[in-house]
Amino acid sequence: MFSYCVDPKTLEGLMWLSCYVTTAKHMSFYYSFFVVMGLLSLAAPLAMAFGFAGATAARSSLKIVRAFGKGYLAMIRGIPDIVFFLFIPIALDQAFEYLRHKVLCSDVTEAVRQGNDFVVCAAAKLPLNTASEWVHDIYGFSLALLAFGFVFGAFAGNVLSGAMAAVPKAQIETGEAYGFSSSQIFRRILIPQMWIYALPGLSNLWMILIKATPLLFLLGIEDIVYWAKELGGIKTGVYEYPHPDWRAWYFGVLMIFYLSLTYFSQSFLDKLSARLSKGQATMAGKTV
Amino acid sequence: MSSCFQTLTDYGLRSIGYGERLLPKADITLCEQFVLIGSGMIWNIYFAILALLFGFFFATVLALGKNSKLFLLNAPCRAFIFIFRGSPLFIQFFFAYDLFVLLPRLGVDIDLGFLVVTVETRWLTKAWLGALIVLFFNTSAYAGEIFYGALRAVPSQDLESADAFGFTGIKKFRRIVLPTMLRLAWPSYTNEAIFMFHATTLVFFTGFPAWQQKGDAIYYASYFADKTFNPFVPYPIVGFYFILLTLIIIGLFGLINRHLNKHLPTNERKRLKINKYNLIR
Repeated sequence: MFSYCVDPKTLEGLMWLSCYVTTAKHMSFYYSFFVVMGLLSLAAPLAMAFGFAGATAARSSLKIVRAFGKGYLAMIRGIPDIVFFLFIPIALDQAFEYLRHKVLCSDVTEAVRQGNDFVVCAAAKLPLNTASEWVHDIYGFSLALLAFGFVFGAFAGNVLSGAMAAVPKAQIETGEAYGFSSSQIFRRILIPQMWIYALPGLSNLWMILIKATPLLFLLGIEDIVYWAKELGGIKTGVYEYPHPDWRAWYFGVLMIFYLSLTYFSQSFLDKLSARLSKGQATMAGKTV
Repeated sequence: MSSCFQTLTDYGLRSIGYGERLLPKADITLCEQFVLIGSGMIWNIYFAILALLFGFFFATVLALGKNSKLFLLNAPCRAFIFIFRGSPLFIQFFFAYDLFVLLPRLGVDIDLGFLVVTVETRWLTKAWLGALIVLFFNTSAYAGEIFYGALRAVPSQDLESADAFGFTGIKKFRRIVLPTMLRLAWPSYTNEAIFMFHATTLVFFTGFPAWQQKGDAIYYASYFADKTFNPFVPYPIVGFYFILLTLIIIGLFGLINRHLNKHLPTNERKRLKINKYNLIR
C-alpha cells in the first residue's frame, strides 16, 4: 500500500504495523465486513417476505394452507437454527441439481443417488464446472442468503402473526360495518395497524439477525470469522509479516464491531419506537 | 432389530468415550444415525443443564446488581450484560477459546481434604469446561436482563406490605421479592432455556475441538451428511431430538410455573404461555 512497504523485514514499530494492516489479505478482511452488511441488508427484506407469507398462510381459510403456515412458524421454535443453516444450502443445491439433471439430461438412466454419492451429469452441475470463480461465490452466497431468509422468515412470521392478532377487533368490525371485503380489510386496516404491535418483536429480530451473521462462516463463505482465523493464526518466519498467535486480538475486534452494531441499532430502534407510539392507543402512546 | 440393539450398545455412549471407537464409514444405516446423533445429545444436555443451573444464580446476582443504586455495583453488571447480549455467541466462543489458548499451562493443586485435585488451565481449552463457561456467562447475561425486567415490575404494594410486616434485608428478598420476580420472569425464562439448549449446538463448530470425535448431536449429523452426501436423513433426526427436548423443557418449566403461581386465586393464575410474538433474544 505505502511506498516504504517494499521490504517488510526492515520495518519496525508503527511503520511495520501500518504496512501489516494494509496487506492484500487485510483488504479482503475489510471487504468481508461489507459482505456481512450486504447479507444483513438483503436478508432482512427477504425474511420479511417469508414471514409475511408464513403469517398470511397461518391465517388462511384453507385448512391445508393454514396447517402449512402454522407448521412453518412453529418449526423454528423446536429446532436449533443452525440445523437449518447446515441443511438448507446443501438440500437446495441438491434439489436444483436434481431438477436440472431431470430436465437437461433426460437420456441418462442411472440413478442420481448411488450409495453414498450424488451423481448428476456435467451439464446439470450448479454452477457449471467451467464457470468463473465469482459465479461460485455468488451462488454460495445466494444459498446462504436463502437459508437466512427461511430461518428468519419463520421468526418474523411469528412476530407478524402475533401483531395481526393484536390489532383491536373493533377496528376490523368497523371495516366490516363499512362494507369492506375481507381482502380490503386485510389491506386497508390490518396491515397498516399491525406495525406498532410488530415493532418490538421485529426490533428484537433485527438484533438476533445481526448476531446470526457470523454463522456465514459455517456455510463456507469467506466472511469476517474466516479472515480473523486466517490472519490471526501464528505466522512463522517464512511469512512476510511474522507474528505470534493473534487470533484473540482479531476476535476482539469482531466483538467490538458487533457490540457497536447492536448498540447503534438499539438506540435507533428505541427512537423509532417512541416516534411510532405517538398518538397510538397504547400505554407508550398515552404517556407521550 | 437385534443388530440395531447391537448398534445401541456399541455407539450409545460413543460421544463420551465408551463403546466402539471407530465411527461407521460405509453402509451407514438409519439405526446408526439415530443412535450416534442421540448419543451426541448427551453433550447438548450436559452443556445446557449445567449452564442454566449455574446461570440461574449468577443471573439473579446480575439483576440485583443492575438494579442497585450504587454505581460501583450496577456499572459492572450493566457492562457484563451488555457485552454478552450485544455480541454473537459464535464470536464469544472463538474469542474465549483463543484467550484460553494463550494462558500459560499451569496445574494448581486443590486439597479437598480426602483427595487432591490438580486443576489445570489447559482444561479451559477443552469444550467440557471452556465452552461451558462461555455458555454460563451468556445465559447469565440474558437471564439477568429478564430477571432485571421482572424485578422492576414487582408491584410496589407487595414491597409496602413487606415493610408493614417488618420484613427487611435477606428475609424480605427471599420471601417477597424473589418469588414474585421469578413468577413474572418465568415465561421469558422458559424461552431463554429453550434457546440455551439450541445454542449448545454451536460449541463444536467453533474453536473447541471435538477430541477423539466425541461431539454433540449436530457434530455427528454433519459427519453423516458429509459421509453419505445426503442431508435429508441426519438433519431431520437432529430436528426430531430437539423437538422432543423442547417439549420436555416446556413441560418441566410448566410444572415450576404452576408452583410459582399456586398462591394466587385460581382466576389470576397464569398458565405458562410461551410468548411467541416478542422474541427475547
